[in-house]
Amino acid sequence: MDWTYIQGILMLAGINMITVLGLSLLTGFTGLFSFGHAGFMAIGAYIGTWISASPASTPAGLGWPFIFSIFGGGIAAGLVSYLIGRITLKLKGDYFCIATLGFGEAIRLIFNNVNRFGGARGWPGVPGKSTFLAILIADVIAVLVLANIVNSKHGRNMIAVREEELAAQTAGIDVFRYKMISLVISAIYAGVAGVFLAHYMTFIQPKMFSLTKSTELTIIVIFGGLGSISGSVLGALVLTALPEILRAFEIWRLVFYGAAVILIMVSRPKGLMGGMELTPSGIRKAMAERNALREAKAKLLAEAQEGEEQ
Amino acid sequence: MTASPILHIKDLTKRFGGLIAVDNVSFDVPEGGIIGLIGPNGAGKTTIFNLITGIYKPTSGSIEFKNNSLLGLEPFRIAEKGITRTFQNIRLFKNLSVFDNVLTACHRNANYNFAEAIFRLPRFRTQEKELMEKTEQLLDIMGLLCYKDLIANNLPYGLQRRLEIVRALALNPILLLLDEPAAGMNPDETEQLMGLIARIRDDFKLSVLVIEHHMDLVMGVCENIVVLNFGEKIAEGNADEISKNPLVIEAYLGTPEEAANA
Repeated sequence: MDWTYIQGILMLAGINMITVLGLSLLTGFTGLFSFGHAGFMAIGAYIGTWISASPASTPAGLGWPFIFSIFGGGIAAGLVSYLIGRITLKLKGDYFCIATLGFGEAIRLIFNNVNRFGGARGWPGVPGKSTFLAILIADVIAVLVLANIVNSKHGRNMIAVREEELAAQTAGIDVFRYKMISLVISAIYAGVAGVFLAHYMTFIQPKMFSLTKSTELTIIVIFGGLGSISGSVLGALVLTALPEILRAFEIWRLVFYGAAVILIMVSRPKGLMGGMELTPSGIRKAMAERNALREAKAKLLAEAQEGEEQ
Repeated sequence: MTASPILHIKDLTKRFGGLIAVDNVSFDVPEGGIIGLIGPNGAGKTTIFNLITGIYKPTSGSIEFKNNSLLGLEPFRIAEKGITRTFQNIRLFKNLSVFDNVLTACHRNANYNFAEAIFRLPRFRTQEKELMEKTEQLLDIMGLLCYKDLIANNLPYGLQRRLEIVRALALNPILLLLDEPAAGMNPDETEQLMGLIARIRDDFKLSVLVIEHHMDLVMGVCENIVVLNFGEKIAEGNADEISKNPLVIEAYLGTPEEAANA
């Protein structure tokens, strides 16, 4: 295995990671499941490509620098998610999930039929601007921004919505607003990831953003552990690399992939990290929780025994 | 001595299809008062709480808080105005620690925005520190500090109820609604709770409306009691008056004929 090959896998994992981190905020921290985030990636990919593709290429683009693509793709996905959110976020749990599924497929079919963007044949000649360094920087920023949101009152309000929506309402939390913010941020992440994906593949096609892609992203979030940023990072690395590692199994590759995911989910039902964070403060917190449980048990046991003796 | 009412409920009615859950109920909660809401199962007590906190919309009637109507406001707006509650079937943030449950509810004491949080600006840091201190203080006053790292779900039942009250207090309420706070508690715990409710009222300068089945709690701590039966108010008065009211006795124990027939 040479470095180019490994680097390629890492870049793909890094791109997936950006979407997964955003989806982690929506699913892991706010408790809303989505099966349409490939749709937001598609919007990012197409808008990003339109901004950066050379005017001489077919279909023609604007030929602007890559950085405009990143912002343009992210903002476009965010705006669309805002509109979708206004319509669907009033729906409860499962119904929201179904609505996102419909949205994701609709976006794919729209791009299939927009000839200006290449239609079903796709859009070749996207400039190969996604470098290893650019993806790495994007991932670091994505992690930092997410961690800082989660560890603030805004993040805690989202977690409250996930834990107990009614109690969150009566605790003065504007549930709709926080669901909306969470959705928009996750869509911006997906849009940016879409831009990187397009500029890594140098070719985009609506087929790349199918329901399978959306499902894969949600699986990674659950696999990594809901409510854990480190889980999402690990999940994206492991599940993107796994099919490559399993290449030796040739046609049985995806069967083993499925089996491996099932095996890990059965042995760790809460995902790889199970809500824990692999940071010094995250580990301290987990230890404190464990100690507190032990102490509380001991205390209650002592009280019960005292009661019996009396 | 009659203090001006902090909560004024007039001709409140709520229908669910053909069922009248609350029928023309009127009563007041005076400032600084502890008012009890009692009645047999299905009398409409919790429905009244859901109407006050905006979870249900009333069919007719009015609810005024500090002389402002609460009708049509979303639940979180009503909480912002200073009405918080606990639930009959405890609704904690189960997978969070005791500390985080209260810290989350303290959110109204900080007003930094997303950008300030993302870039960890000074206002974020000072306000977060204040939130932590306030949380610690509240847990200390309410005797839960020793459990602060425990996941809420692992707390003993009685302490879960207490934590729910602390979480409500974290919002600096003016009016606290307690829905069966003594449910499932033994007499010892109930007595402790009575003391706690009175202390909260004095220390936090608030008014309390409490739904309860434990008669000793209601009689012991409430200054005024409203009795509901089948959605209607059948009596109002202090503990003494209520316990002698024939309508109340009938609602709880049945009429002599029924007893004879049984």
